[in-house]
Amino acid sequence: MAKLKLNIRINWWKILAIFLVFYTVIAGFLIKVPRIAIVQESVRNQFFHVSMWFSMMILLTTSLIYSIRYLSRSNMQFDRIAEEFAYMGIILGLLGLTTGSIWARFTWGAWWVNDAKLNGAAICMLVYLAYVILRNSIEDEIQRARIAAVYNIFAWATLVPLLYILPRLTDSLHPGSGGNPGFNIYDLDNNLRLVFYPSIIGWTLLGVWIIQLRVRFKILKSKLEDFS
Amino acid sequence: MKKWILIFIGNLFSLSVFSQSAVTEGIEMADVMRASGKIYVVLLVVLVILTGLILYLVKLDRKISKLEAEFPPKDNK
Repeated sequence: MAKLKLNIRINWWKILAIFLVFYTVIAGFLIKVPRIAIVQESVRNQFFHVSMWFSMMILLTTSLIYSIRYLSRSNMQFDRIAEEFAYMGIILGLLGLTTGSIWARFTWGAWWVNDAKLNGAAICMLVYLAYVILRNSIEDEIQRARIAAVYNIFAWATLVPLLYILPRLTDSLHPGSGGNPGFNIYDLDNNLRLVFYPSIIGWTLLGVWIIQLRVRFKILKSKLEDFS
Repeated sequence: MKKWILIFIGNLFSLSVFSQSAVTEGIEMADVMRASGKIYVVLLVVLVILTGLILYLVKLDRKISKLEAEFPPKDNK
């Protein structure tokens, strides 16, 4: 246990991540939330399910930026970072789908309904899973990096209409959809905001921490391969 | 006269406040769970799981740091 220490000067953001995630869980369970029909106590999902999607968006956008940087600089390090950001974004997205499905079962009575928002999110995940498959199907390192980077740009471009534009053009059962910008329908009062915004930062930083570990692991591995 | 107008306006507000609370009280929340204190059990369970995962992450971080110390950094290609 004595070895469980992080260098605070470099790793302050990891400590911030731990703090924010714990704050989210404790406050998320215990604060007073507005009484809203149908949603009821599950409005607290805002701090968990909704922030998964927000964090996913931040991570996938960062992945896009690194893909563009790779294309302009051809630095393999950028490709590694873009890959890991995309993977972590996919994991958060899948968690978002799963948690949403659980919520739907107890709110709407079905694990899945044919709703623009839900189907859009599912298609997004398929588009990004194709990114994983594409990466793994190309042997040559440089070719893989380049094609994956270009695909990543297209994948991100489908993300925006599928998640943010199309669900608003049609009617949607999902809270926050159907013509309205997402925030109003929850009656996002200051109590909710006090936990919701920190929760996005917390989950995102936790994701970045895992990404950083994976990138460092990959660098070590490539060094080992150079040795042998 | 002024007094009566004030009372009337005050009444309007009190009525609206009353009706609002009547609506929101009807919505079922986890009040029982909170009153009996059982929500804290759930919270504790979640916190234990989260603590375990975070400790694991910190350990992983330390392990990778140690490996990095063994293989000194060189610039990336």
